[in-house]
Amino acid sequence: MLDSTMIELSRWQFAMTAMYHFLFVPLTLGLAWILVIMESVYVMTGREIYRDMTKFWGKLFGINFALGVTTGLTMEFQFGTNWAYYSHYVGDVFGAPLAIEGLMAFFLESTFIGLFFLGWERLSKRQHLTVTFLMALASNLSALWILVANGWMQNPVGAEFSYETMRMEMTNFMDVVLNPVAQVKFVHTVAAGYVTASMFVLGISSWYMLKGRDLAFAKRSFSVAIGFGLAGILSVILLGDESGYEVGDVQKVKLAAIEAEWHSEPAPAGFTIIGFPSNEDEETHGAVKIPWLLGLIATRSLDTQVKGLKDLMVDHEIRIRSGMIAYEYLQRLRGNQDTPENRAVFEDHKDDLGYGLLLKRYIDDPSQATEEQIRMAVKDSIPEVAPLFWSFRVMVAAGFWMLALMLLGFYFNAKRVIQEKRWLLRLFLWSIPVPWIAAETGWFVAEFGRQPWAIGEVLPTSIAASSLAPSDLIISLSAFILFYTVLLIIEMYLMFKFGRQGPSSLHTGRYHHEEAATASRSTTAGGPAPALAPQKRQD
Amino acid sequence: MIIDYEVLKFIWWVLVGVLLIGFAVTDGMDMGVGALLPFLGKTDDERRVIINTIGPHWDGNQVWLITAGGAIFAAWPLVYATAFSGFYFAMLLALFALFFRPVGFDYRSKIADPRWRSAWDWGLFIGGVVPALVFGVAFGNLLLGVPFHLDDMLRSFYTGSFFGLFHPFALLAGVLSVAMLTMHGAVWLQIRAAEPIASRAKAAARIFALISMAVFALAGIWLIIGIDGFKVVSMPALDATPNPLTKEVVADSWAWLANYGTHPWTLLFPVLGFAGLWATMKLAAADRPGWGLVSGSLAITGIIVTAGVSLFPFILPSRTDPNSSLIVWDAVSSHLTLTVMFWAAVIFIPLILAYTTWTYTKMWRRVTVEEIREQEHLAY
Repeated sequence: MLDSTMIELSRWQFAMTAMYHFLFVPLTLGLAWILVIMESVYVMTGREIYRDMTKFWGKLFGINFALGVTTGLTMEFQFGTNWAYYSHYVGDVFGAPLAIEGLMAFFLESTFIGLFFLGWERLSKRQHLTVTFLMALASNLSALWILVANGWMQNPVGAEFSYETMRMEMTNFMDVVLNPVAQVKFVHTVAAGYVTASMFVLGISSWYMLKGRDLAFAKRSFSVAIGFGLAGILSVILLGDESGYEVGDVQKVKLAAIEAEWHSEPAPAGFTIIGFPSNEDEETHGAVKIPWLLGLIATRSLDTQVKGLKDLMVDHEIRIRSGMIAYEYLQRLRGNQDTPENRAVFEDHKDDLGYGLLLKRYIDDPSQATEEQIRMAVKDSIPEVAPLFWSFRVMVAAGFWMLALMLLGFYFNAKRVIQEKRWLLRLFLWSIPVPWIAAETGWFVAEFGRQPWAIGEVLPTSIAASSLAPSDLIISLSAFILFYTVLLIIEMYLMFKFGRQGPSSLHTGRYHHEEAATASRSTTAGGPAPALAPQKRQD
Repeated sequence: MIIDYEVLKFIWWVLVGVLLIGFAVTDGMDMGVGALLPFLGKTDDERRVIINTIGPHWDGNQVWLITAGGAIFAAWPLVYATAFSGFYFAMLLALFALFFRPVGFDYRSKIADPRWRSAWDWGLFIGGVVPALVFGVAFGNLLLGVPFHLDDMLRSFYTGSFFGLFHPFALLAGVLSVAMLTMHGAVWLQIRAAEPIASRAKAAARIFALISMAVFALAGIWLIIGIDGFKVVSMPALDATPNPLTKEVVADSWAWLANYGTHPWTLLFPVLGFAGLWATMKLAAADRPGWGLVSGSLAITGIIVTAGVSLFPFILPSRTDPNSSLIVWDAVSSHLTLTVMFWAAVIFIPLILAYTTWTYTKMWRRVTVEEIREQEHLAY
């Protein structure tokens, strides 16, 4: 049995570093396309302001991207350093999309990002646009492969356990790639990235408008982002990932937990708007329900039942008992009793081996588990409901808040009166953190909702960790917290600094702070300085 | 096309080697540049020249490391699991040092304050030297054997300590790694940086080539006379279902030299290592750094392959429980996974080489202080 403190700390470390990484990823995914749009307009029309827009938002993109790369390195190291048994047990399947991500996407993105920043002088307009486009395409392809890997953790298709190698092995690569959970998550995640980047550009552009500076620049940036963002938020909401809940038991448990659906109601089930779920009592106190809604959303039908957690746990108990037999015969097969009879019994119970392994938290040999231990493992077979219930509601509220903002913004922008709606501009400014809240709570729902599994129904989190000591984790976790906090402060400082300077930070001589500076110089010198300013740098 | 399992197992040993060599030759060069940065650049402008010679390329180069890691995960899951968790703090040390690079390159010149810039310069120095040292030390430990064992569920247990990794021989391997990559970085600066940096780089290239030769020779002699290798006494067929618990391994004084005896042509690799280092030293001195970059790359290739050939078929030998050792034939992924990954590599590696070459061609020039001043707000 692994030390339970060590496992808890390993989970904290992974959760914190993964969620920290995802502060930077969505902005990259979306802003890259916004840069492509801006630069395309520049190449087609030749209007300098669009090149300045590409360069300025590109500067902020770079500040964000640097930390995305930094924290992404951690993700690659961490499966091996902290989740070694996981890496052994599923590396045959899970490693492949990660390696392909490197070969197909990350190389492309990283090779061209250097040229995006430093190649303005050395590439033709079209070459530079191609570079920007490939960078955007590659960052999104990267997300595809990562989500294929993550989708497989939720719904492990196209693979089978082999008792000889004591691990999961790939049986069909295309099944892994076309995993419905992965596909749905990919669309949902990249669209959320588009919304994040749009809210970022909209919020900062609104601030320039509120300050009444660099208006031409701000309005054009706003226009590009509002169209892109509206399309993004509609995709996120309409193609939200609920369709993924049809597949796999883990997803069913997650759905029931999100909705705090303890008992299976007759179809179509009611939707709990608010309530206080308790795993202890296995019910939701003070629930306010809307009849029919959950059944309609989750099953898109009137007569399909949404299974409640209590019924799911009854199923889990059966599978845990079957898993105990699987474990017993696995031991025989791996000992020297590899007979056809033993193999036949093992094959019958193999799919429940993961459930048997849930008992490893309490006893080294799950086949010897007591009734009390089985009861505890059944309790463990569903995640803590309350955090999921609330996170999901925060995410959905954030999504609808952004939808409302985008619709209003789009309307007033189309009527060309956005600059006068100062209340709306203020809302945009103060809503900059909202997409991040949605993204983080969304990932929390996806990953915490997968518990107790590292790989759905295959490998419990409680045995997936490396054989480390709690003290190892305390040291590494402290180092991460310290390092990441310092990095975040530096990143935010630079973001605010350049965000406040706005396009003046490009030093073209065409924008607010420079005009102000030249104007004050010219009044003191009394010369015709303003005329010189635009010629200062024509890069 | 279906390729035999045993052939694929061997191909993946070669491919992981290719990725590691790709990493050392490209990103290793950037690490060498980082190691030299605070010493060859006396003023802020000079340091910016140095940084901007690799500015457009370091990020793409770093992906060789990331992909090598991903490939080891996919092709040798048990190696990835055992090595990364066993060398826990060493890996984290390399990781935290690597953190300094993306932020260092992008943030350093965004603020003019000299203390800020100097701090990031030292960050880039750490980001160059520390990972190079750790990866070298790791290779040294492979040759020494690693204290770990597997239980019957194939969970690995590391029984050594962090400081136990720093055996003098392993440290020597670390020094070799730092020295050869610094040499390589110096040759790059001799080509791409303007005077007076180029002349300083030339001197550094010669010194580090010499150090590398001396350390490589010393490590070789030490390996021959002082370090026991391991050899496989019995194991299942090469194309058998991989199970690292079914073979018998023993320690043996001459085992790390066995491959050179049975396949004498493999002696070409250590020879290539020495000849490449020597040629780099001479070419740098003769102001032919372009060829020096080629000979340096060959030297790095020769040195890495020398370590690989000595170990073969071992990837991660266990000192405390030799039978748990991980070898090319039994620590690998399934036939299907190796096949899928093989085709991915065959398709994408040539593409990567093609567009990487294009980017180098486009950005090829000698970076000067004047250029940096002109592009003050654009350059790194």
